[in-house]
Amino acid sequence: MTLRITEISKHFGPVRANDSISMTVEPGSLHAVLGENGAGKSTLMKILSGFQDADSGSVTLGGQTVPLGDPQAAIAAGIGMLHQDPLVVLPFTALQNFMLGTDLKHRTARRLFNETAARLGFVLDPDRVTRSMSVGERQQLEIVRLLSRGVSVLILDEPTSGISTGQRELLFDALRQLASEGLIVMFVSHKLEEVLDLCRSVTVIRRGRVVGERDLPCPTHVLVEMMFGDIVPETTHESARLGEPLLTVTSLEASEGRQSIRRVELVVNAGEVLGIAGLEGSGQQPLLRALAGMTPRVAGSITLDGSDLTRRPYRAFLRSGVHFLPAGRLEEGLFAELTIAEHLELALGSASIDWEVARRRAEEAIDRLSIKGRPDDPVAGLSGGNQQRVLLAMMPNDVSVLLMEHPTRGLDIESADVVWTQILARRAQGTAIIFVSSDLDELVATCDRIAVCFDGEILDIVSAPDVDANSLGSLIGGQIL
Amino acid sequence: MDATLASIIAAAAPLVYAAVGETITERAGVVNLSLDGSILLSAMTGFAVAFMSGSVVAGFVAAAAASMVVALIVAWSGIRLRLNQIAVGFVLTILAADLSAFLGDDFTRLPGPTVQARPIPVLREIPVIGQAFFGQNLSVYGSLVLVAAASWFLARSRRGTELRAVGERPEAAHARGISVNVYRYLATAAGGALVGVAGAAFSLDQRAGWSEGANAGFGWIALAIVIFGSWQPMRVAAGCYLFGALQVVALRLQPVFPGVSQVLPAIPFPLMILSLVLVNSKSIRTIAQRLPRLGRVLLPEPPGALGTNFAAD
Amino acid sequence: MRRFLISTAAALVVATFLLLVAGTDPIEALSVLASGAFGSTDKIADTAMAWAPLALAAAGLIVTFSAGLWNIGVEGQVIAGAIAATAAARWVEGPGWVAIAIGLLVGTVGGGVWGMAAGLLKTRGGVNEIFGGLGLGFVAQAFATYLIIGPWKRAGVASTSGTDLFREEAWLPTIGGTRLSVVPVALALVTLGWVWWMLRATRFGLELRAVGSNLRSARLVGIRSEQVMLGAFAIGGGAAGLAGALVTLGIQHKLVPAVAGGRGFLAILVVLLAGYRTAWVAPVALFFAAISVGSSQLNLRLDLDSSLGGVLQGVIVLAAVLVAGWQARRKAETAPIEGDT
Repeated sequence: MTLRITEISKHFGPVRANDSISMTVEPGSLHAVLGENGAGKSTLMKILSGFQDADSGSVTLGGQTVPLGDPQAAIAAGIGMLHQDPLVVLPFTALQNFMLGTDLKHRTARRLFNETAARLGFVLDPDRVTRSMSVGERQQLEIVRLLSRGVSVLILDEPTSGISTGQRELLFDALRQLASEGLIVMFVSHKLEEVLDLCRSVTVIRRGRVVGERDLPCPTHVLVEMMFGDIVPETTHESARLGEPLLTVTSLEASEGRQSIRRVELVVNAGEVLGIAGLEGSGQQPLLRALAGMTPRVAGSITLDGSDLTRRPYRAFLRSGVHFLPAGRLEEGLFAELTIAEHLELALGSASIDWEVARRRAEEAIDRLSIKGRPDDPVAGLSGGNQQRVLLAMMPNDVSVLLMEHPTRGLDIESADVVWTQILARRAQGTAIIFVSSDLDELVATCDRIAVCFDGEILDIVSAPDVDANSLGSLIGGQIL
Repeated sequence: MDATLASIIAAAAPLVYAAVGETITERAGVVNLSLDGSILLSAMTGFAVAFMSGSVVAGFVAAAAASMVVALIVAWSGIRLRLNQIAVGFVLTILAADLSAFLGDDFTRLPGPTVQARPIPVLREIPVIGQAFFGQNLSVYGSLVLVAAASWFLARSRRGTELRAVGERPEAAHARGISVNVYRYLATAAGGALVGVAGAAFSLDQRAGWSEGANAGFGWIALAIVIFGSWQPMRVAAGCYLFGALQVVALRLQPVFPGVSQVLPAIPFPLMILSLVLVNSKSIRTIAQRLPRLGRVLLPEPPGALGTNFAAD
Repeated sequence: MRRFLISTAAALVVATFLLLVAGTDPIEALSVLASGAFGSTDKIADTAMAWAPLALAAAGLIVTFSAGLWNIGVEGQVIAGAIAATAAARWVEGPGWVAIAIGLLVGTVGGGVWGMAAGLLKTRGGVNEIFGGLGLGFVAQAFATYLIIGPWKRAGVASTSGTDLFREEAWLPTIGGTRLSVVPVALALVTLGWVWWMLRATRFGLELRAVGSNLRSARLVGIRSEQVMLGAFAIGGGAAGLAGALVTLGIQHKLVPAVAGGRGFLAILVVLLAGYRTAWVAPVALFFAAISVGSSQLNLRLDLDSSLGGVLQGVIVLAAVLVAGWQARRKAETAPIEGDT
């Protein structure tokens, strides 16, 4: 049965997560949906599986219209989804999770469970509590459950994060078997090598739109460029004169959530701009947060300007001049109800508050960064670009290392421009700038060097002016030049 | 001994209704904080209706309806308006208590109908437990049946399992086509109705009659016992009986230590705080991980999505 | 403001309905209520004396709410303050004003300590402040009762009607022959003003609001959120404790089990209706104090239960909360689609 997706759109507040997405997938396909974090893949898949409703558009399977916004109807129509974090009820046993939402009798359910698991080569104990199962086992349980309900489209959202290599092989074998039986397997990922290993065709999504479709295999850099956008040759690149080594990192290991980074050796000079590239989840986030002092469990050493900061509390990093700008601005950077003036006062003010001074400081920052807002406006009402500018304005003058996660993600061109002008101006004062980005253009245009993360390690550090799109794309895909 | 056990079971009956009712509500992920006011309102309503109609059954039904309305306001404002369940529940606690005092003014300290004793012949002669389990009235039998029924429902039945899934991980339930918010409305309504029965069990049986603020404090105690009892009907009931025993003991000690009956009602609260501290204690967590069986006994486990509002978008 | 009017209107509709059910003329009942609150010097004095502790507890709650904390334990903090003040009134000898000053001081400290206990349970024990505070409230209540019928029992008889009256020098001085004392009113006004100033003009106040707004962002800017929360609990509890001390020394002149008498809970309603804004606390608390005091006349003059006042207060706040929620949902559901600029 052919799956046909027609002009699906979905917005959250001002964000268009899906902008008129269409695609067609033939039965028996192992089809990948590729895209960076926030590209809109997960939203599309949640709509397909009925978990969320769409604003407009339609889905048909084998010519039959699939009702949207109703998980029960989606499963009945034959679409099942394995969520990134498998949706099992943790205190329940595997069998209870398997039966939940069906009207199977205990004995029938147990037989069906064991049969389906055996068919896929999964070894699962039906009476084990899912809390004590690994993520990989929970996934297997969910696949068994969905198949036993007769789905003909199986969607897997980032299924390989957090599972072991053995479990991944087991999973891929099962998926190949299912496709050979005529099922549609939709594999959502940002891991190129897995997509190339498993899938026969791919749709790439960027900023809520389909940017390309390809049959696989095809060269890695082609896919990377579709995901990240093309590199436009940059003319204005100018490197500041590098100062003394400022930040020295040796044999750093850190983890956060399911992501980790190992064996990091890094020296960053004063006035240098170092970009960190890589597919989402390759270790950039734990690396940056370890450098910011936000991850308590760290091995190896971090030395800043001669003083050892390893395992010191976050406030010690702050005092040493380390400054961190997070990606989730309203989630962990700003205070929705507080005004622009109050934000600047919090970050830059002294023990006693003089609101006249604070307001003047805010007005000055609003001028300097062309923020569309007044000192007494709460930041919740500002657009993303203006919120990012407020975060920049909160940066003290004497920052020695500036760490940023996706500094221009979701911003329009003008805002991105303002942000970079501000940041690059800091180089002259000797500030070292380290940032994570998934925008190749941005990396090449602003960096002195680019460190490429792959699978929890720094694969290579390249000099930005000398790198071209193809080789950077291949590196990001995991191929050493 | 026989009589003591019987009086403990009888004394705890209203509390059992309230705490088990709230357990069902919270298991679906909703906190109905309004218990303390709800119990008063339904105690008053139950007594007033029974007094006017002469029917104890009508009193119980009216009481259940009154608390159910209060509970549904909590559910609606959480689900539809996505308001903080605690805030709304708190306001309703106060409002329902005052409403009971105002509307119940005319019924204060009147003699009224009460639940009649219905000892079960033969069975009540069983030594030790006969009087306690078979020498009571319907209200007390009902509380015993409720504990067994709620326990079976939550642990064994399909609907009960779905309800727990809704309170534990609404996304997982939603993905399986279970209507999260329908379950939440139903669980809150059912739990509210049981809280109402608790009120009637006070005013028509355990402390027959109505006066302003008659059973104040029991709602908070019930809320504490739900935590102490780890959201499991059997253990919640055990908490209620423990409290019933404390009350009976306090009554006996009253001549020796005057005032003990005023102080003992506070006991559930330190116990609740202690169990909450235990949940979060790192060393206890480690022990629980090493010895899962002991851990399950020591650690209360709140429903994963307790007090949060769910919307698929 | 519109929200306030809608909810007051809703309360009037409900009240009218209830009064008609009770067979009373609603207009008459409301005028009795109003004259019961403001009809004579004594009544104005009573209203003012009811206002002060309510406004104080509410001022403290503004601080804890600003830090994002649901300090339901405020009732227990009032009791803790009353117990401490009673101890001072009983034990401190010498001139009356010394006993009063010490009583108010230790009352504040007592409430603050009780608030910090809920705070420590939250920050160190991981116990949600709602349940921690509530539990501590009942512990304080039981302790007060124990003191009244135990160590501090009235000479000869142990009774829950309270301890012996304090010596008269330790009563708050009143103006002329009225029941009005300037001290509570002045302290409440000063506290409200201080809270208003503290939240706006001090770094601690700003950090408090930052913690209440977003804990993760607060950490990022380098705020010590645990200390800030504990500070909020100490201030909130201290204000409530001062309220308890004033009730004991100024109104009851002895320790009674019901010393808090729902004041703490009522203060939460005041803050909810005031929309967490300090400037609104004084008028809303006055409105509520007037309803509370005025409604006691309903019983004497119309043979209606005085709890009508409480019903009115509850309905107003419930309506305000629901209307606010309704407005917020409508705004969210009709939000326009726009590009990111």
